Amino acid sequence: MRLSKSRVIAAKDFKTYRKKRNVIYSLAVIPFLVAILITAVILYAGRRSTSRLAPAELTLLLPAFLFFYVILAAYLATPIASYTIVGEKVEKSLEPLLATPTTDGEILLGKGLAAFLPPLAALWAGSALFMVLMDLATRSKLGYYFFPNWDSALVILLLLPVALLMSVEANVVVSSRVTDVRAGQQLGSLTVIPLAALYGAGELNLIDLGDTTNLLAIVAALAVVDVVLFFLARATFRREEILTKWR
Amino acid sequence: MIEANDLTKRFGGLTAVDSVSFSVGAGEVFGFLGPNGAGKTTTVRMLSCLISKTSGDAKIGGYDIGDESNHLKIRKLIGLVPDNVGLYDELSAYENLDFYGKLYDCAPAKRKENIERFLTMLGLWEKRDAAAGTFSKGMKQKLAIARALVHEPELLFMDEPTANLDPESAKTVRDFILELKKEKKTIFLNTHNLDEAQRICDRIGILNTKLVATGTPQELERALSGGGGARQTVVLLQEPPTDAMLAALGPLSSSVKQEGNRLTIDLKDPERENSLVVDALVKAGGHIQSVTIASASLEDVYLKLVREGGGG
Ligand SMILES: Nc1ncnc2c1ncn2[C@@H]1O[C@H](COP(=O)(O)OP(=O)(O)OP(=O)(O)O)[C@@H](O)[C@H]1O
Ligand SMILES: [Mg+2]
Repeated sequence: MRLSKSRVIAAKDFKTYRKKRNVIYSLAVIPFLVAILITAVILYAGRRSTSRLAPAELTLLLPAFLFFYVILAAYLATPIASYTIVGEKVEKSLEPLLATPTTDGEILLGKGLAAFLPPLAALWAGSALFMVLMDLATRSKLGYYFFPNWDSALVILLLLPVALLMSVEANVVVSSRVTDVRAGQQLGSLTVIPLAALYGAGELNLIDLGDTTNLLAIVAALAVVDVVLFFLARATFRREEILTKWR
Repeated sequence: MIEANDLTKRFGGLTAVDSVSFSVGAGEVFGFLGPNGAGKTTTVRMLSCLISKTSGDAKIGGYDIGDESNHLKIRKLIGLVPDNVGLYDELSAYENLDFYGKLYDCAPAKRKENIERFLTMLGLWEKRDAAAGTFSKGMKQKLAIARALVHEPELLFMDEPTANLDPESAKTVRDFILELKKEKKTIFLNTHNLDEAQRICDRIGILNTKLVATGTPQELERALSGGGGARQTVVLLQEPPTDAMLAALGPLSSSVKQEGNRLTIDLKDPERENSLVVDALVKAGGHIQSVTIASASLEDVYLKLVREGGGG
């Protein structure tokens, strides 16, 4: 596999996404909107009843809110990643692309990179804003800046990327199996479920998401899933079927 | 350049291409002529390693298409103008070509030079920075042709490059193909346009699921009109022929068909026998307006073969 080929494909995809308004919108707005909304909730709730948001509760709540960004990763990956292959198929640009001397792996990696990097940048920027706003909103109550801390760094720098990658890859797999973009997006958005379930398990105290060892274990598990999904994507990428399946 | 032997493709129970064998030499323009659903696109897709063959085999530039390890090598050799242009509408004409040039490992300087050369040849250089989505159908088709050429392939597959174009755009595309022909490019051209095949191609294969005939345009015409079979002479008189005139034709009169002022006569060798016919008619008091040899056109050959042969 030649990385240069994947880079060429990813660069082409970036250029085409740039012109797609809904993609730009979801990437440039949603992560920041979430940061602002959650801050607003904290401030508002804090004003209504000071007792409800005691410092001890805040230190539980803030990491949980940060976990939203992991769930958001799955959500944000869908519009781009589900488009990758089925989009080209619909626009008929897949046939000339497949006729070039490019391997399945190179195409998939290129498409994956193109769907992975923009949401990652948006999510990192959004979560950075979230942490700054949260620090400003909670400093007076806590007496210190809650973010950044080791666990939040772990969540944002490791967990979020592996979760995003999982979602991207699942979407790519789906995208090469379905025949229209909408079906791809609907199926692809299902990757939110395992991450939301993880969050739910944390809330129900089934698993302690504030525990560094647990977080590392989740990261490791998702990383394995990522690798498996890449091979699955390559194995299920059937050029002939993609070209000849009736629409 | 291309060698196909009993190449066959089935989609489930449907045989799209049935035991097709032909060869195309380097520098040759080969036309694949056939009606809708004849299997032209399917053949090109098999030859460009986009879909698998069901049976038979084919070689492109000496590489067997059945061996997957050859696919990258074969793809490097060929350029494909698919039946759907499949451009990236959001990208400019230049960016579309540049992307493909990169995928074919075309060195930057060469890429630039080729993009400029082909866009200029096709009259699109001025529009190089416009998004492909804003192009007319004809311009898109030309861009798709340029895209297939950026890496200077040895073999160019074109799937109905002039279908859906207005006569003028179609002519530009045809003239461009003739230019490529002068440059000795090997071209495999799918078309259902007889006139196009006749004007551009060195050899033609008539496909209707099976390959019903191959040859130069002249050979195909001769196959129907000559080849020992009878040909026809049409005589137009100024008045309906009298019985005396018909009788004067003597032994030929058995094959005469009459229709108003017109006589149609089957002749073995009209170039020589026409004068006998004219003499006989004039002696019997006929006034002749015109005498023509009805020669079979490629269209007749095509229609005859497509109706008779093939599974379509
Ligand atoms: N993916 C497919 N699945 C099933 N049948 C197919 C498929 N692709 C083509 N066919 C069938 O194979 C036959 C040949 O199709 P093909 O597209 O090769 O014809 P064509 O000569 O290119 O026709 P046209 O002039 O309309 O482009 C048709 O009967 C078509 O219905
Ligand atoms: Mg076709």
